[in-house]
Amino acid sequence: MQSLFFWLVVRPMVLVVIGLNVRHRERLPSGREGGGAPAIVVANHNSHLDTVVLMTLMPSRLLHRVRPVAAADYFLRNRVLAWFARAIMGIIPIERRGREPGADPLAAVSQALDRGEIVILFPEGTRGEPERLAAFKSGVAHLARRHPRVPVIPIFMHGLGKTLPRGSLVPVPFFCDVFVGEALHGLEDYKAFMADLTGRMQQLAGEGTFPPWE
Amino acid sequence: MKDRLHPYVLAALAGIFGVLVVATLAVWLVGRLRPQLDLGEMRARIRSWWIMAMAFAVAMVLTRKISLVFFAFVSFLALKEYLSLIPTRRADRSVLLIAYLSIPIQYLWIGMESYGMFIVFIPVYVFLLLPMRMVLIGETAGFLRSVGTLHWGLMATVFSISHVAYLLVLPSRVNPLGGGAALVLYLVFLTQANDVAQFLWGKSLGRHPVVPTVSPNKTWEGLLGGVGTTVVLGLVLARWLTPFNLREAAAATLLIGFGGFIGDIVISALKRDLGIKDSGTLLPGHGGILDRIDSLTYTAPLFFHYTYYLHA
Repeated sequence: MQSLFFWLVVRPMVLVVIGLNVRHRERLPSGREGGGAPAIVVANHNSHLDTVVLMTLMPSRLLHRVRPVAAADYFLRNRVLAWFARAIMGIIPIERRGREPGADPLAAVSQALDRGEIVILFPEGTRGEPERLAAFKSGVAHLARRHPRVPVIPIFMHGLGKTLPRGSLVPVPFFCDVFVGEALHGLEDYKAFMADLTGRMQQLAGEGTFPPWE
Repeated sequence: MKDRLHPYVLAALAGIFGVLVVATLAVWLVGRLRPQLDLGEMRARIRSWWIMAMAFAVAMVLTRKISLVFFAFVSFLALKEYLSLIPTRRADRSVLLIAYLSIPIQYLWIGMESYGMFIVFIPVYVFLLLPMRMVLIGETAGFLRSVGTLHWGLMATVFSISHVAYLLVLPSRVNPLGGGAALVLYLVFLTQANDVAQFLWGKSLGRHPVVPTVSPNKTWEGLLGGVGTTVVLGLVLARWLTPFNLREAAAATLLIGFGGFIGDIVISALKRDLGIKDSGTLLPGHGGILDRIDSLTYTAPLFFHYTYYLHA
């Protein structure tokens, strides 16, 4: 079901309507790292298209192991969307607010990594203003600290927020840039990790020249 | 199969692949003889040429509809690349959609052989429609820049390029021998050969830049050597692919040679203004699609109207 949807709908649309310029694709998991190597893919978030595009970047045989982390309050708000989010996109739902005190919001993500899955995280927490990089939330640092041997791969994307920004239903074609950064690993000092991650993200953003869009 | 391609057209297509075989062998040989040279860029460029030539050949050999869809798709990629390069306004999303929508409509007129609509649709109706849609949205900051850049892009990537496609539907009396397909091959082959010839002449002899502020690598030596090569090639090929006599063919090839040069530097000026080197990454070794069809944005309408005036 999932791979059918990706082959028939997502991949043709990404190829024709969007058109990607991917730099350093070799830094992404290729499935050749040995059986079930987990990874944390971290990207900036501008559009619903971000997740599907990230899922098409990796070889299709890895698709069933790629798990986007997504807000339960948004994606599980009705049954149709919840079915799509779980069955097709394979999301790991997490609670953004209103958790039981003491509950671990990232427990499900940790379990996925233990199973050798590739987790996609958007540390901005929301799509926010399209094509503007917001401050990262530190959840990813705690997750990486818990799994110090799992590589954290930063990805900067530009253009998808123009193609389909928040609040729009019809995509307008633009070529989109996807710059994959070098992997980093979790540290005991989570502030140092966040500074490193943010720095790499800004460096990736600096690799391209992007026309203004306002 | 469509109205059966003339053997000359098939021979010309085969000739294009012959040229590519020679180029591929030449680069291979240079790589063997002088291994210290870095030919990676050259190899990527030739590999892209193979892919483009194959896509073009398949589109030409199959039905006329498929040929038109192919050129519409080229326009789409070029417009998408252009809109991805220039500053755009979020408020204009629906205006951009209309601009994209004008592509299938423009090529539909061609499929219907409606010359009148083909020639006025974008310069008149789309020209009137885009600003209307923009003012109804109501965002005036950046209005002039937005409407100006958008329409210029449509003229270059859709209106100009669609002239190649209209050659395909010209009545057979225009070119009794090979038909419209032969004219398309003549135009596209000479335009691309002109680019390559200007590049090679410029590389080997280039000294005096023509427009140093726009493109310091474009030299008088490259320009004149390239145009000379194009004229010779065009005079030889005209017998089989066009209805031109020698004098007409000479003028047509000069039009392609100098027109191609101008198209090239116009896109160079655009890139320089935007502060970028290549228009995209679609064609490794070449850059983007605009880098490849820049000359065609000038040669296609010039060659089309020249042919139309003389023989239609």
